[in-house]
Amino acid sequence: MLTIAHVGRRFPTGTEALRDASLRLETGDFVALLGPSGCGKSTLLRLIAGLDRPDSGALIWDAGQPPDPGDTGYVFQDATLLPWATAAENVFLPLRLRGLSRDQAQPAIAEALARVGLTGFENARPRQLSGGMRMRVSIARGLVTKPRLLLMDEPFAALDEFTRHRLQADLVAMQADLGCTVVFVTHSIYEAAFLARRIVLMTPRPGRIAREMTSPLTHGQDTRLDPAYATLVAAISQAMEAALQ
Amino acid sequence: MILRVAPWLFGLLALVGWELTVRLADVPVYIIPGPLAVLGAFAADPAGLLVSLASTLTVTFVALLVAAILGASMAIAMASSRMAQAAIQPWAVALQVTPLPAIAPLIIIWVGDPFTSLVVCATIVAFFPLFANTATGLASPPPELRDLFQLYGAGRWKTMLLLRLPAALPYFLSGLRISGGLALVGAVVAELVAGSGGFTSGLAYRILEASFRLEMPRMFAALVLLALAGITINHGLGAFGRRVLRRWGDT
Repeated sequence: MLTIAHVGRRFPTGTEALRDASLRLETGDFVALLGPSGCGKSTLLRLIAGLDRPDSGALIWDAGQPPDPGDTGYVFQDATLLPWATAAENVFLPLRLRGLSRDQAQPAIAEALARVGLTGFENARPRQLSGGMRMRVSIARGLVTKPRLLLMDEPFAALDEFTRHRLQADLVAMQADLGCTVVFVTHSIYEAAFLARRIVLMTPRPGRIAREMTSPLTHGQDTRLDPAYATLVAAISQAMEAALQ
Repeated sequence: MILRVAPWLFGLLALVGWELTVRLADVPVYIIPGPLAVLGAFAADPAGLLVSLASTLTVTFVALLVAAILGASMAIAMASSRMAQAAIQPWAVALQVTPLPAIAPLIIIWVGDPFTSLVVCATIVAFFPLFANTATGLASPPPELRDLFQLYGAGRWKTMLLLRLPAALPYFLSGLRISGGLALVGAVVAELVAGSGGFTSGLAYRILEASFRLEMPRMFAALVLLALAGITINHGLGAFGRRVLRRWGDT
């Protein structure tokens, strides 16, 4: 889908957020960008989204050009919903910005809300929903355009552990079902090990890619009690320790 | 319950204390009139005072309306272009820090028409909170939401309409509430300046007139009316704001 070739990004403040990052993204991948704060993982995600431009290197899309608006979904750490709009109106937003009427968009809205388990909450306002439900709305908003690429920037970091576990399991199932490519930024080794098929380890100052690991776990089922999961977590921890030194 | 009654009870106690003090200490009515004397002065000429009040309130509301339109549209212009921001901002602040009594005489001379000049004065005072609040509200959406709009290819106009304007609405409404009180103050200050120039319809002029004649009860009655008008405007605009936000869906 995308080749990221020797990409660098330096902010006007002088911080070198990313140096010589190269990565290949295949269609249907589930890639975790894992690393501590300041390792450039969010910067890399923004570059993929086209929200920022690299100073050096290039993003080479297999299709020859970046995806159309709507082919990329983006989910932030905060739900960042419009507080004055209902759940359904928030999910409608991406389609509305692409010129669809509410009637035209209705089936897609209902489907996206159903997919995140929020059928029946169409008319709830964000403040009436729990943090986990708000994040579900946010994910539904990211999915409503049926994107081929879903970018997620620590979407579960602010949630309690039980909610996070449920949403992580739901996300794995959704991705398997939709077949979209997911790039998932996280600073949690456990989360990366559970979710991703490929784990990209990143280190800070300057932000760079240290190494890549492949998950041996069978995807699409709850592997948290699998001994192989514990082994993977330990392997990633060790690799991360080594990379940070 | 007790908290609802408390302010009224306290007010009543203060009034009784005031009346008793004035009577027991034998304070002359031209220095401090008791509440009963003030009530008597109002009862003696309610029409005169109420007509003046209506005149002041008309100035206040017209000024508030003009300030709301000007403040909101200039904030939107400023939010839409850096050039406009650079051009407008310093002048808005200059307007804000210039004391009205200092420029009111000029405005009254230049504008000529008394009603219009009062409205101009009150608008100047009421403008800034509306302008500044709306500007803050337009800038309030978090960067992630702007990114999202950018990601889905929304242009400036759609971002303004679907993101920045709705986000600014609560800020605008609280600005409106602040400016309501300020418009009244502006109207009264302008009337005080204009009143000494012979323009005689507003409540402030009744205060001037009564003080010249040492009619303290009438002066107090006018003051009480002004205070009541201020409180009503404040509460009314507060209720209006809550109502609009509720209809807007922010329950």
